[in-house]
Amino acid sequence: MVEQAEIRVVHQGGSNITFREPAISSDSRFLLCASGHNVKVFSTVTEECVQELRGHADLVTGVLLRPSNHLQAYSCSADGTVRLWDFTDGILIKTYVIGYPICSIYASASHDGVIFIATPTKGYKTLDSLQLLAVHLPQTAGQLVETSDLSAVLSDVSANPATVAFGRAGEYVASTNGVQLQIFFFKKQKSFRFSLKENSCSGRSNTFTCVACHPTDDCIATGHEDGKIRLWRNFDQKREYTYRTLHWHHSTVRALCFTPEGSNLLSGGVESVLVQWRYQQESQQDFLPRLGAAITHIAVSPDGALFCTSHSDNKIVLIQSCVKVSSIIQGLVKGEAVQTDLMVDPRSKALVLNGKPGHLQFYSLQRDRLLFNLDVVQQEFIHQEGLDQFQVVMATLDGAGAWLATVEERKQETAEAELNLKLWAFDEPSQSFVLNTTVSTPHEVRITAVTFDPAARGQTSLLVSCGRDGLFKAWRLAVPAHPDDGGPSWTCDFVSAYHGLTPQRCCFSADGSLLAVGFQEVVTVWSPASWELLLTLSQPPGIIRDLCFGRLSCSKFLLGTTSSNQLCCWNLLTCSLEWSTSMEVSLLLADPLSDNMAAFCHQDGNTDLFVFKPSEPRPLFSQKAVCSGRVSRAVFAPREVALESCEESSQWLNRSQLYFLTPLMDLLTFSTRAEEERLMTASKQLVVDDSVAMTPFQLLLGKRRPHHQAAVEDPAVRPPADRPVPPGGSAAVRELLQSPAHVLPAAAALCSVFMEALLGVATETRENETSAGETPSDPEEEEEEEDSDQEMETRATRPERGLLETDSADPVLSRAQVRELRRVRKLDHSWFSSLLDS
Amino acid sequence: MASFKPTKIPVYPKLGEKVTQDTLYWKNYKAPVQIKEYGAVSNIDFSPVAPHNFAVTAFSRIHVYGPFSQEPVKTFTRFKDTAYCGRFRSDGQLLVAGCEDSVVRLFDVSGRVALRMFKGHTKAVHVTDFTSDRYQILTGSDDYTCRLWDIPNAAELSTYREHTDYIRCGVTSKLNRDLFITGSYDHTLKVFDARAEKSVMTMDHGQPVESLLLYPSEGLLVSAGGRYVKVWDLLKGGQPLVLLKNHHKTITCLALGSNGERLLSASLDRHVKVYNTTTYKVVHNFDYAAAILSLALAPDDESIVVGMTNSILSIKHRKHTEESKEMMSQQRRRPSYRVFVKGKNFVPKPDDYLVSKPVKEHLAKYDRELKKFNVSKALDASLEIWLRKKKPEITVGVIKELDRRGTLKNALAGRDEEQLSQLLHFVIGNIVDTRFAPIILTAAEMILDIYKSVIGQSALIDQQLLRLQNILESEINLEQELLEVLGMLDTMFATSVTRKEVPYSDVGRSNGLAQGEASSSRPELFRPPEIK
Repeated sequence: MVEQAEIRVVHQGGSNITFREPAISSDSRFLLCASGHNVKVFSTVTEECVQELRGHADLVTGVLLRPSNHLQAYSCSADGTVRLWDFTDGILIKTYVIGYPICSIYASASHDGVIFIATPTKGYKTLDSLQLLAVHLPQTAGQLVETSDLSAVLSDVSANPATVAFGRAGEYVASTNGVQLQIFFFKKQKSFRFSLKENSCSGRSNTFTCVACHPTDDCIATGHEDGKIRLWRNFDQKREYTYRTLHWHHSTVRALCFTPEGSNLLSGGVESVLVQWRYQQESQQDFLPRLGAAITHIAVSPDGALFCTSHSDNKIVLIQSCVKVSSIIQGLVKGEAVQTDLMVDPRSKALVLNGKPGHLQFYSLQRDRLLFNLDVVQQEFIHQEGLDQFQVVMATLDGAGAWLATVEERKQETAEAELNLKLWAFDEPSQSFVLNTTVSTPHEVRITAVTFDPAARGQTSLLVSCGRDGLFKAWRLAVPAHPDDGGPSWTCDFVSAYHGLTPQRCCFSADGSLLAVGFQEVVTVWSPASWELLLTLSQPPGIIRDLCFGRLSCSKFLLGTTSSNQLCCWNLLTCSLEWSTSMEVSLLLADPLSDNMAAFCHQDGNTDLFVFKPSEPRPLFSQKAVCSGRVSRAVFAPREVALESCEESSQWLNRSQLYFLTPLMDLLTFSTRAEEERLMTASKQLVVDDSVAMTPFQLLLGKRRPHHQAAVEDPAVRPPADRPVPPGGSAAVRELLQSPAHVLPAAAALCSVFMEALLGVATETRENETSAGETPSDPEEEEEEEDSDQEMETRATRPERGLLETDSADPVLSRAQVRELRRVRKLDHSWFSSLLDS
Repeated sequence: MASFKPTKIPVYPKLGEKVTQDTLYWKNYKAPVQIKEYGAVSNIDFSPVAPHNFAVTAFSRIHVYGPFSQEPVKTFTRFKDTAYCGRFRSDGQLLVAGCEDSVVRLFDVSGRVALRMFKGHTKAVHVTDFTSDRYQILTGSDDYTCRLWDIPNAAELSTYREHTDYIRCGVTSKLNRDLFITGSYDHTLKVFDARAEKSVMTMDHGQPVESLLLYPSEGLLVSAGGRYVKVWDLLKGGQPLVLLKNHHKTITCLALGSNGERLLSASLDRHVKVYNTTTYKVVHNFDYAAAILSLALAPDDESIVVGMTNSILSIKHRKHTEESKEMMSQQRRRPSYRVFVKGKNFVPKPDDYLVSKPVKEHLAKYDRELKKFNVSKALDASLEIWLRKKKPEITVGVIKELDRRGTLKNALAGRDEEQLSQLLHFVIGNIVDTRFAPIILTAAEMILDIYKSVIGQSALIDQQLLRLQNILESEINLEQELLEVLGMLDTMFATSVTRKEVPYSDVGRSNGLAQGEASSSRPELFRPPEIK
């Protein structure tokens, strides 16, 4: 279908950054982490994402610094490739094709040219049984390298990447699976296996969860599900091995890591406390408590000064020497389930949804950054599994973003459920929401829906809440009777029920003049001004699941979905059913800026999307199988700049963008082809236009680029990665000028190369031109041959001079001149470097 | 690293009276001085001139008290029978009083013997007053007449026989010497002009009128009779403005306070109520020991004097700020305060380099223990005696927090007799409080679970458990009774309310599609069925 090519479902922002252990660069300035299909490079100081390494076609499953070159990093992916990157500049250096999906990657400094990967054992499709392979990376030139030299090291490896570790100087590798510890010595080619009992005496599981090896000592630390840490020694003997048990964690140890000198062992788990154990004096511990969420990975910078912990709430915390949190890199927080609806904050245009437990997060989709977390519950969160704590189950914003209503619940199942309705006012000076009113137990039983009147402003704001107790209540902002009682607060204005039925849904019309409340099978329409019941509509059988008023030109329609898979549209003017159709709609949504409606339909395990106007019989757009599973959260986010797409099928995306959450908590959106093209051109421009200041060097070399780009694109002429001699002269110069200074060798070493490169460019191009014959040369090219004093001249005069010279200058060099140039090239420039040295 | 969030202590709405400016003002009186009189105190009148002595009419005597004296400075005893309505003239020199023997006596405040005796009434005279020109006296009597007398020659000037019942209250205008108003048990108020033969205005109060009051501007008249206070607009020809129904027994006396901004009414129901004269809402309430017959306020509300049927005169003097300040200074000032604020108000110079120090967060003791996961200690800290007595919501908040953390059982367990009895004491004291009941019930259940094996080992604990049982039983009985009352009320309401026409959804018949119908068919407009 044409439409499907026109509009695509894409990931947009909010990808997981804590899927795998991050890597810290050797100078502690950058942090690399796998994020969806890309690798992100963050600055550890500013918390900004400085590079995004794109190239993998599937989930990136591991990031690793190259042990032999601290400026390069490996990444592996489920697409079966390992890629080598220069992460400071974001350049893909090499792609090694393995051919099997890779689950994790390891390397050891003493195994040069070898990386270790975990891949599924042949014959097994699933990730249950993995094997550890050693891959000898071939030293061939060229970007795409097929690797065939694979050798199995260990079989029966766990899918958890934390269960494999390389020991002192890479002499052995330790791996755990279940209750078994396996150690393989490379020199002796011998492996040892140690087993623990399934359960300890206290009845808790002994299963290994992670392993770490001491960098200088023969000691392996293992973490267990019951919170114990075991330090294994003498494991090169079958019988005389010993272990020591450390127990502080009360639940599973998720991550273990030794500091580079081996003086400390770091551990973390569900408690969200980073524990630092002194090696050899394990009774002494240091703690860093309240890190916010369960620790999943711990990494230490090579100099040991910077620790970084990944947390289950998609956050990376950087810690300076175990005492101070220096920065926090926070992605879109994904809990186990998003219970609130997706909303868009009208002020910041941020997506609002459940964040950390007890918080609401405001996530900017434009900048792909978490703006802030609003602490709704305002209680200390106890990091303990199986504890029933307050959860934010509902949130709604009013039309202007001035009020936020949240509902929090605890003990949802039992009779004594604790319920709080909180109303937050937007505070201009602090630019955040401030608690205004707390209503404890607003309804006897659970609240099923809360909604604000979208049209009301300021003092007339109106909130409606429906509860399982069969009541719906209207709340209004009331000014207190006594002026010294404080500011205005919310009070219950109206309570009503309808024949003892449970209200499930409520919805305001766009102008706030009508309120529709769905009482099981009956839709009641009320006038909020007088609280009169205006009419009732019903469409049996089936309980009303969703209600939505039409917008703009379709505001006379009320749409509802029922549990018997009917989508009904009532005309409110005639009070009759306009049309109905049978489809299992899991979510019905109205675009606030147009009269379009979106319906997500669940069919055969997949979700289909239909976009339609209530007044028109044919859908504007439909797409089958948007994602698998049932979509229950989606939102129309208004665009900052409206698109001007003329394609009929994509016009509905002009004013606002549709975001939805899949059952796996991925945030997806729809993007049109026009939009993508615009993005692509923008990124291309970014590459071409590296707007360097207009320096003499820029003038000297700027217009050369077309030539050397052609050279680079030709794979035959492409320089090898280690770059010993620059063959394409100006390319080398460009490298030299553009690569950051800290990456380059000493200026003395570069000097001669640079000089030669300059000369080489001139001659080469000149020769090219002479062979081509008629190419009119650029004025700048002429200038390169001029003396250096001319290059020192100001920029303003240069172009005019160039213009003048276009006519007068001789486009073709004489033979004598060429010879002269060659002679200059052969000259020894080492005197210049010695000059620099002195 | 996030900081520790302290335990959330829920704020409960304050029960009872709200503290307002008025309650603070009217509470700012010293403990009352009580003086025993010879009989029921029927009238109290303050002298208009400083030092504002007041005359108290009780039985056959009139005592004049100084502002701070507890003994009368002057006594008038020359009455043959019960005296009524001793009132000062506007210069404070003369005092007039009626008597049961129908003679009206005029006294010099410094003298003893009556200067003049006005004879003419045939029955007891309950109302006496001076007119604003100071030369005439108004009297009202049980012989249904009111008369004007000339003071210099003790002659009767005029008689008005318009009332048809006892005249029990009257007031003269302070601005016009000819105007006066009387109230009678025939339920009427009459405005008289001495220049006219008849009354110029009559208003019907509805009950026997007991007291009258004119506002200083004399545009509004307040009358009290029966259980009601009424305010009349004289300038609009006696139009009733406000009806106040705040007493449940006959109102006997009215007074104005705070320069006419507050109205006070005293009643036989032993209450004095203070109204705001702009909104006519009750802003304060005083309770007294017996039915109140008379009430007067000193200028600037310096004292409130109340006379009761049990012949007790109660005088409340206002507390003064200097005195309260003295009280404050008597409190020991803690030296540590100065230590804490030392250097706090230091303003750094512009070129100073500031080294910021992290502000240390202050945590309550129970929070410090909670932060360290010492649950038993946290509970102990919250059960400290003053905390559980003064602020039970904090103790309950901590118990709730422990319950949320799933460690309440651990915190409750392992207590010795003394600690357990403390805990039970708190539970017994607060288990019937509706604000705390849900969480304390959970805790009480846990306590019983934990300690049921040791019941019978300590007499103290057993006694407390029995008390707890009694309290719970009586509470259950009470709830049951309340539910019964609620049921009765419901039936009464149900029968009293006329049946309203309610739109009733007759599901499946009138609206929507029956299954299998084509989706294009238009269902009928929904109409509510008729109520038979």
